[in-house]
Amino acid sequence: MRGPREIPILDVQGLAISYETRYGDVPAVRDVSFEIHRAETFGIVGESGCGKSTVAFGIVNFLGRNGKIVDGYILFQGRDLVGRTEEELRSLRGDRIAMVYQDPMQALNPSMRLGDQMAEVLVVHRGMKKADAEQKCIQMLERVYMPDPANVMRRYPHQISGGQQQRVVIAMALLNNPALLIMDEPTTALDVTVEAAVLDLINELQNEFDTAIMYISHNLGVIARVSDSIGVMYAGEIVERASVQDVFLKPAHPYTLGLMGCVPRLDTTKATSYLRPIRGRVPSPKNLPSGCIFEPRCDYAREICRQVKPEIREIQAGHWARCFFAEEIIEQQGAGVRERGEALLAGAQPPASEVPILRIRNARTYYPVPSRKLFGGEKLFVKAVDDVSLEVVPGRTLGIVGESGCGKSTLVKTIIGLEKPTGGEFEFMGFDISMPVSKRSLDLIRNLQMVFQNPDSTLNPSFSVGYQIARPLKRFKVVPPNQVRAEVVRLLNLMKLGENYYDRLPRQLSGGEKQRVAIARAIAAHPDLVLCDEPVSALDVSVQAAVLNLLLEIQQKLGTTLVFIAHDLSVVRFFCDNLAVMYLGQIAEIGPAEAIYLPPYHPYTEALLSAVPIPDPRAEQKHIRLSGTVPSALNPPSGCRFHTRCPRRAMLPDGGQICALEPPPEQFDTPEHRIFCHIPMEELRKMEAVVTIEKERSHAG
Amino acid sequence: MTVSETAFSAERGRSRFRQFWEGISVVFRSRVAVIGLSIVLFWILVAIFAPFITKHDPLAQNAQAINQGPSSTYWLGTDHLGRDIMARLAYGSRTILLLAPISVLASVIVGTVLGLVGGYFGGVVDEIVMRILDAIMAFPTILLYLIIIAAIGPSAVNVVIAITFVGSPGIARLVRSLTLDIRTRDYIRAAETRGEHPLYIMFVEILPNARGPLIIDALLRVGYAIFAIGTLGFLGLGLPPPTPDWGGMISEARKYIWTNPLGVLFPALAIASLVVGLNLFADGLREETTRYQ
Repeated sequence: MRGPREIPILDVQGLAISYETRYGDVPAVRDVSFEIHRAETFGIVGESGCGKSTVAFGIVNFLGRNGKIVDGYILFQGRDLVGRTEEELRSLRGDRIAMVYQDPMQALNPSMRLGDQMAEVLVVHRGMKKADAEQKCIQMLERVYMPDPANVMRRYPHQISGGQQQRVVIAMALLNNPALLIMDEPTTALDVTVEAAVLDLINELQNEFDTAIMYISHNLGVIARVSDSIGVMYAGEIVERASVQDVFLKPAHPYTLGLMGCVPRLDTTKATSYLRPIRGRVPSPKNLPSGCIFEPRCDYAREICRQVKPEIREIQAGHWARCFFAEEIIEQQGAGVRERGEALLAGAQPPASEVPILRIRNARTYYPVPSRKLFGGEKLFVKAVDDVSLEVVPGRTLGIVGESGCGKSTLVKTIIGLEKPTGGEFEFMGFDISMPVSKRSLDLIRNLQMVFQNPDSTLNPSFSVGYQIARPLKRFKVVPPNQVRAEVVRLLNLMKLGENYYDRLPRQLSGGEKQRVAIARAIAAHPDLVLCDEPVSALDVSVQAAVLNLLLEIQQKLGTTLVFIAHDLSVVRFFCDNLAVMYLGQIAEIGPAEAIYLPPYHPYTEALLSAVPIPDPRAEQKHIRLSGTVPSALNPPSGCRFHTRCPRRAMLPDGGQICALEPPPEQFDTPEHRIFCHIPMEELRKMEAVVTIEKERSHAG
Repeated sequence: MTVSETAFSAERGRSRFRQFWEGISVVFRSRVAVIGLSIVLFWILVAIFAPFITKHDPLAQNAQAINQGPSSTYWLGTDHLGRDIMARLAYGSRTILLLAPISVLASVIVGTVLGLVGGYFGGVVDEIVMRILDAIMAFPTILLYLIIIAAIGPSAVNVVIAITFVGSPGIARLVRSLTLDIRTRDYIRAAETRGEHPLYIMFVEILPNARGPLIIDALLRVGYAIFAIGTLGFLGLGLPPPTPDWGGMISEARKYIWTNPLGVLFPALAIASLVVGLNLFADGLREETTRYQ
């Protein structure tokens, strides 16, 4: 018999939500069921547009004017929330459901001091006195590890960093001691090290406050780290629901399996494995397949899948899946039938030539800051890139990683000529390129192209795909005018898009397709070096996998050299041959990719690796968290720029005073692997590996 | 090859047509825009078919019928010189429907160039251009019209010049603000990394993406231009008499408003309906185009 304590905090059964549009009702969410118990975290994972947020909005009744719950019930602490008036809901819910959104700036009022905003929650809901409320807020900020909470209370939202803003929002959500906390991608906008700290905090709070948490994310690694059980959503339905262990180690639904095949793991490289993107696209909720919703994209689909819609069923205790062949799929994995670790590039890579294609010496790019005084005043500079030296080997990929504000984008913009360097030597194929693009020769411009981050702004919305790919062909006279169209079609085919894309406008393309067109435009003139500024970070994982594969294929076919910026350490590990880790405008560590991920580490690399969310609940990571925030590039710390946050500084005699005084020396582990640190190489070599992943699955093939 | 090529160009032609039709169908989705468009179309038809609508000459005077009310001969009555008001309205719509769009087109051209240059180059160039435009905008518009026409004399061409001079700063500001936004997009960077000429970037990459707000603003400005032409005509600075001019008609009939109020009412209604029609059309279009962005 179930005691009253065991009533789940949230019990959702058969939930269906539709949006009314002028084309009729769109069923955004169908037949979603799950339970969340006290002190449990339920993760909902899925790609964009699969209805994750709609479920959350349905629970808090924020569906908007055209959204409505058409079926099912939502029991909150045993009482149904569906079909109640706003007034009834308020008394039922009370202040016991809180929600945290992706963008903290949307939850905080920019014109109110943080203290006033937080205290208002208590004053209004609880009728507390202002002074008491403020005291309570300070305590709460302390519990979310906000440094100097009394001071933060007096500040405005824009005066604290993004990670701190999210902490304030979480603290605010916890003020009323909610029974249910809904978090919708709360760390997506944050850097990895900050994200890791916020995720630690969520885990801790859950134990401390006994809160039930519904955690929504698109990131499998994040979900694996915070959740107790998981629901995998696809096109508005939960296709698999089980404990973290079951979902990641024994995935039963082809979509779950597909998602995992798309994500590069921290222990895989392009030489040992390849990404398996899910073919096709998510169906529009207006136009769903009649059988299984995943059938058109499923490798396991059989006749029955086309005709009959599978119900979600319990295949093992606590493991639910919406697939006819779930048992079979689990079994096949156990038997190792599905090969993994197929080598795509085994031995395919040409030997690297000794002469680097790009050589940068002591590069500096400063942005002048307008003086605050009307006349005179000291001239200030944001030192976005400060004394960076690196070389790029032809035919290979150099990855540049680092958190936002580390200067990786500025470095690439300086190379391409969008920013004017303040100093240093830039040499590309033996030519000086330390001038803006407008002063370069046409031939230099042709050989140096770029792929941008945001798929929605990389193409001009006014022109067809064909026109935009043809433009570089015409401008650099790659082919005679009468062959331009044929060449564009060839490029489209190379991008696996096909000729029928020629006349389409960018708004008719999905994000991944836009990015492919952008890649086609960049490689149209056969450049020797293509700079990629986070080309996949705005894409869904399945699309990301396809674009990465495409880039690999192109590099193999054309021998193009790539510089690849990313903040996702698993992606760069998979994709790059060499890697540079940047911090605050300088390189901390540079070398072959595999060497970066193994000791010796730069202390910053070590911290980064320990923060990466890994989509494997068995992966073990050392717990290293950086304190404080990234210092301003306007006035960077003296000596080693990392010394203010370095957790390894204590390894040096007298607490590492030298770190604050002198810039770190360049130390060589191998001739290619350089680390900029005061700690002697022998000490660094003694470090333990940060990440240990059981190899059994990844190399089973 | 030729077969496939013609097939392609046919397909391309079809898609162009579909695009065009999609653009047109936006108008019909908004009731407000349809009402506005019907009013404007009514006046355009009147202007085109003026000789068929009335058999009277707009300049012919009839001393026997001065300041008469509507009759079977003169459907809308006559003015103080015995000229048919309906004929004068119909022929007057020709001048106003010609001058207003021309002057707006001229100010769009001037304003777009200034706005693109200021917005794309920024810095000192932007500062100089915008401060000069600010200076123009600091004057009350009616005063500017008066100064310009007084200086260069009343004529159709000079009316266009005056309206262009007064109208372009507003358009330049609009285009500049759109340019400031658009030039931060990645496709502009991509064009820059191709080493494209600034003129190509401004007119091929940026301008087409500013067309939506620009077209709507221009439509609204046609309404204002009609207003301005009417005002100038009323003040005696429009087209020289005896050319039929709506503003001038009001001004002349004003003296006889107690004996023949309809002589004022009809041209005033004409101006008002055309301006309202254009504004409704522009508003409806704006609402419909911004709704799904």
